[in-house]
Amino acid sequence: MSELAHTWTNVVVILIFVFSFAALLSWIERRLLGVWQDRYGPNRVGPFGVLQSVADAIKLLAKEDWIPPFADKALFVLAPAVIAITTLLAFAVVPVAPGIGVVDLNIGLLFFLAMSSLGVYSIVLGGWASNNKYSLLGGFRAAAQMLSYEVFMGLSLMGVVMLAGSFNLRDIVTAQEGLWFCIPQILGLITFTVAGIAEARRLPFDLPEAENELVAGFHTEYSSMKFGLFFIGEYVGIIVISAMMVTLFFGGWLGPLLPPLMWFLLKTSIIIGFFILLRASLPRPRYDQLMAYGWKVMLPLTLFNLLITGAIVLAWGL
Amino acid sequence: MWNALKTMWTIFLHMFHRPVTVQYPDEKPYIPPRWRGRIILSRDPDGEERCVACYLCAAACPVDCIALQATEDEHGRRYPEFFRINFSRCIFCGYCEEACPTDAIQLTSDFEMGEYDRKNLVYEKEDLLIDGPGKYPDYNFYRVAGLAITGEGGKNKGEAENEAPPVDLHHLLP
Amino acid sequence: MTTIHIDSRPYIAQDGDNLLQQCLSLGFNLPYFCWHPALGSVGACRQCAIKQFKNEDDQRGKIVMACMTPVTDGARISIDDPEAREFRASVVEWLMVNHPHDCPVCDEGGECHLQDMTVMTGHAYRRYRGRKRTFHNQNLGPLVNHEMNRCIQCYRCTRFYRDYAGGRDLDALALRNQVYFGRHEDGILESEFSGNLVEVCPTGVFTDKTLKQHYTRKWDLQTAPSVCVHCGLGCNTIPGERYGTLRRIRNRFNGAVNGYFLCDRGRYGYEFVNNKHRIRQPLLRKARGAALQSAIKHDALQHIAALLSNGNRVIGIGSPRASVESNFALRTLVGPERFYAGVSEQDNRLLASILDILRQGPARSPSLHEVELADAVLVLGEDVCNTAPLLALALRQSVRTQPQKIAEKMHIPHWNDNAVREAVQQERGPLFIATVAGTKLDDVATRTFRAAPGDLARLGFAVAHALDSSAPPVQDMPDALQELAVTIAEALKTAERPMIISGMGCGDRAVIEAAANVAWSLSNTGHPVELCFTVPECNSLGAAMTGGVSFESAFETVVSGAACNDNTADAAAEASTDVTADFSVDTIIILENDLYQRADAAVVDRFLAAAKHVVVIDHMDNATCARADVVLPAGTFAEADGTLVNNEGRAQRFFQVFVPEGDIQESWRWAQDIMTITGSCKGQPWMNLDQITASCAAAIPLLQPILHAAPPADFRVGGQKIPRQPHRYSGRTAMRADISVHEPKPPEDPDAPLSFSMEGYLGHPPSALIPRFWAPGWNSGQAVNKFQDEVGLPLAGGDPGVRLIEPVPARKAEYFSNVPTAFTRHADEWLVVPLHHVFGSDELSVLAPAIAELAARPYLALNPADAAELGLAAGNESRLQLLRATDGTGYSLPVQLKPELQRGVAGLPAGLPGLAGIILPAWGKVTRLEIGMKQGAPP
Repeated sequence: MSELAHTWTNVVVILIFVFSFAALLSWIERRLLGVWQDRYGPNRVGPFGVLQSVADAIKLLAKEDWIPPFADKALFVLAPAVIAITTLLAFAVVPVAPGIGVVDLNIGLLFFLAMSSLGVYSIVLGGWASNNKYSLLGGFRAAAQMLSYEVFMGLSLMGVVMLAGSFNLRDIVTAQEGLWFCIPQILGLITFTVAGIAEARRLPFDLPEAENELVAGFHTEYSSMKFGLFFIGEYVGIIVISAMMVTLFFGGWLGPLLPPLMWFLLKTSIIIGFFILLRASLPRPRYDQLMAYGWKVMLPLTLFNLLITGAIVLAWGL
Repeated sequence: MWNALKTMWTIFLHMFHRPVTVQYPDEKPYIPPRWRGRIILSRDPDGEERCVACYLCAAACPVDCIALQATEDEHGRRYPEFFRINFSRCIFCGYCEEACPTDAIQLTSDFEMGEYDRKNLVYEKEDLLIDGPGKYPDYNFYRVAGLAITGEGGKNKGEAENEAPPVDLHHLLP
Repeated sequence: MTTIHIDSRPYIAQDGDNLLQQCLSLGFNLPYFCWHPALGSVGACRQCAIKQFKNEDDQRGKIVMACMTPVTDGARISIDDPEAREFRASVVEWLMVNHPHDCPVCDEGGECHLQDMTVMTGHAYRRYRGRKRTFHNQNLGPLVNHEMNRCIQCYRCTRFYRDYAGGRDLDALALRNQVYFGRHEDGILESEFSGNLVEVCPTGVFTDKTLKQHYTRKWDLQTAPSVCVHCGLGCNTIPGERYGTLRRIRNRFNGAVNGYFLCDRGRYGYEFVNNKHRIRQPLLRKARGAALQSAIKHDALQHIAALLSNGNRVIGIGSPRASVESNFALRTLVGPERFYAGVSEQDNRLLASILDILRQGPARSPSLHEVELADAVLVLGEDVCNTAPLLALALRQSVRTQPQKIAEKMHIPHWNDNAVREAVQQERGPLFIATVAGTKLDDVATRTFRAAPGDLARLGFAVAHALDSSAPPVQDMPDALQELAVTIAEALKTAERPMIISGMGCGDRAVIEAAANVAWSLSNTGHPVELCFTVPECNSLGAAMTGGVSFESAFETVVSGAACNDNTADAAAEASTDVTADFSVDTIIILENDLYQRADAAVVDRFLAAAKHVVVIDHMDNATCARADVVLPAGTFAEADGTLVNNEGRAQRFFQVFVPEGDIQESWRWAQDIMTITGSCKGQPWMNLDQITASCAAAIPLLQPILHAAPPADFRVGGQKIPRQPHRYSGRTAMRADISVHEPKPPEDPDAPLSFSMEGYLGHPPSALIPRFWAPGWNSGQAVNKFQDEVGLPLAGGDPGVRLIEPVPARKAEYFSNVPTAFTRHADEWLVVPLHHVFGSDELSVLAPAIAELAARPYLALNPADAAELGLAAGNESRLQLLRATDGTGYSLPVQLKPELQRGVAGLPAGLPGLAGIILPAWGKVTRLEIGMKQGAPP
């Protein structure tokens, strides 16, 4: 009974936390971008503008929820729901701290990969259902980009799995007690970071929405809370990717002095900050560059990493 | 890759710079003297409308947002019957001021003219005309033009600046 | 053709021309002021300086005036030479020394030749800081504004006004640095061509006074190629519109018709378009006796549909002031057999006989340009100065054709104006003027003859007989007259291009036949000859070609039809032959025609009263409209497209200048709408002008060529229409902002290859579609140079318009033999003849305030001897009663004495407001009106 209550508490608290953090993230990101670009960012609503995300939510809710007459209605409605659901489900396996977390799957990592792969359907469907040439182009780009980057995203994590000897994320965290995997798996970390950003469609890999060439790409036709779902999906995606990076490479909740939960949050926040810094500083590549980078640089690098790790594991029998 | 990292580092360092944003409207920004803001029509030192409705501002306007109609009063003084600027189209380029041969049309430092209704951005002559001479306190077009103006404060031929008295056609001596 | 070298490059040039004209023809931008293609060269302004070199080795060269230097074979000149450039720049600087700082308030600004030339020479900065010379201005009347300070003393105004147009009251006064161009005192300029000073003056000394009242710069005017509607010559014009009103008329060069000039009636008559009496909404009279009320278009059409249904009989009355298309549309609407020409019986006969003479005879109708080239002219019965002013201007040039030979003998080129005039002195070519009263052309006439219309015809018949003895002789010719006839015959016989001019002005068919006889006798004896008739209205000839009998027949049909219904049988017996047995006419549709202008008010009253319903399609609220049940607003020349046929038989297209407010549309569109709503439309409805023109051409073989009067509506240059607005058109986003901040889409024009916008093809369109003359660096009307292959010659691609009538070559024409008997005085009765006035006799132009101000006031002209007999002195009130007026209406008129009038003949101004609708000539009684006896005065 207490097991069930504990799980439900976990589910509800984590869900609320993730949602509010994603919402807050939209404000944090803008403030951080402001800081790095020598300006203020949103600072009008509430103290330091912290209520900006509330204002945004009100605005989104109050907007006309418009479905274009030329759109494929069913898919059009489905698409934003898919992204929100898949990213949230992906968060289910994140081991926040000992005793905190929704589920503890022994194939947690595979589940995460599966969920993040499902996310692409949302983008492709959204682009397709909008029946708008820009949206469709955005959808195409998303499909190609995700397909390409997913390949080495999965592979980049295999080194970690080899070292930890498990797909269970909690096992992976505990396997890092001595040394965080970011040291032995530095190549894996780099490739996973790149793939993660691409999966989250964050700058510099936001080609599916590329507002200056595709007028917001796959969500051109979306308005109101359906747009809001895409928006939240993106931020939840950032949180998930950051949390995964922390779990897989930075020892999860491990750390001295502070309680494990704090460590986890701290590490995740730093990674999120890093993502925002990437957005603030790097320009968007050309599409062919993106693809070439994925297939010609990142994939070989991942395979090389896998080879080395495999060899080391084999040689030392770790 | 190195470049990308360098960029990120540079951007990161900006965290320690002061924001350049001016917190308008809490803080009033500095307006340079030649700022191109709301357009006005000025009057000459005698208090008469400076605009002689020559249409040059309208012709110079790249967005064609100035429309006027010339007319003449009983003293032979040309003035605009109506003068309309559609500020919802105006791009504040200042070409009208450059084109104006009588210094009538001037751009001011006022830029706070936001409206909720585009209609309110259509300014007629009575909205544009001010009571003073604006940036050029001394200029009076009719003091240099060759046109004769009757009535009070008018001038006959030969009475403008640098004008010889009118030729007497019946005078035969060299 | 010869080769000249300009800046070391060879060019083919026209021998005998001057270098300025050739440089301009070759496309060079050489500044000039005093030269004008129509006025020739005088070398006064020193602006067209170029350098001429002796030969290839000559490096120094000498500065010459291009306008005064003839083209010689192998001539080497330089326009770009630094010394020549500097010379030209300093000339402009001298001219600008006294030029005032007026450009912002100057009406010439933006189309000022002086501005153009100043920019062209590069004089951008005024160094002179001294005092400027000033002048007092003169009040030159309601047409031309005078601002003498701006003068650059190029002498173009007096050269045009005095030498070209024969005016006397404008001259160069005073001397040295004080030369003044004006009249000896303030006053209205006498010449009816004074408006051309506006275009001839290279700067703003003479400007358009009517434009000043609603001043608009050239770049803001929406313009389209148009044709003047104020007389039968069909001069080409460029009307300009802004803010929905017509602002001015400018000349549109047409080498064959008006050349560089317009008359004041044509230039200033445009203001009727802005008249407050314009009809802008359909008007509907709900019941007889009720007042006309404005109605929406649909209601008006429904009402007409109701009138036309139930097999009701309908007749249509056309108009000589409506376009060919409008007349044809009405003809189609009512059926050809029920279509009546909109002119009186008399005019219809005259027009038919003119059309017959031109179509069947061997004499060609000349264009105005060809009139200028004539070297012997007989004017028979027509006061061309007042009925066709530009023809008079052309005649004034024609008297210079023969003396030109003197100059040629002295090897003076024709363009060297002063030298030619010095050589020629007072020598003039033969011009004989036989008219009822004196004309303004008399000063250049060789001989004049004044008589009653019948006697004028007798003179013509006598001339014909003197030329060809097989022509019918004239009995009882006085010796003096016989001698005159022989002199005229002699002059015509020896001329290379003899020309006979006559027209409808004196309302006598014998005069027209006499003119034809003269022409045919020349032709039959193997001489070349041209025969020119004037017609009163802009489409008189076109309407005559559309057919239909006169409206008097319609009167008879309707009135007797009504009488028939009242069982009065004898009235029916009087009805004319073309009236069918069924007399009942219910509805009359009157097209752009004020019947009260064309027939006695009493007759028209009876006619309109007899008809059950009257539908009027017109643009001006006039007496006929007041009697209508339905009035539909028609477009004037500025608001409609159509084709007009001028006196030469030249069909010319006029294009809509602007889209009017309200329901105003072309008359033919109204006719189409009526046909559509009544379902009487046979075949496809006309969607645009081309379609109606095509069906008109198909139905009337004579009008077949009007299809080619201008390019069709789907004509494009590079896929683009021709823009009506100049590329600098201003105020697009503000002019309607007071009504709505949302700018409307530019109106579509289905009828013309011109667009109502500033977007489109900016190059040179075909000559019939030129909406304005403008070229880079040439903002003034002088830009026309750039539209001609050779400056001064026809527009590139040929002058607009197509001739509909060509003579039957080498045909032995049958002479008319109806020689009238000599005029004899009737006791106590006077033959009242029409006297035409350039200002006043035209129905439309007199509605323009400026023209109205100059319009003649009603008067009765009498020979002083006759007047004395009646005890009348000049200015006395007289009473005129026409014999045919049975109801005793008369006119009380002040008397004017005209010594040249034959005794027994009285002159009455034609068409003046108050005197309209009097068919002349007619016999009448004149009595002295005692003070206090005034009655029956004109309204």
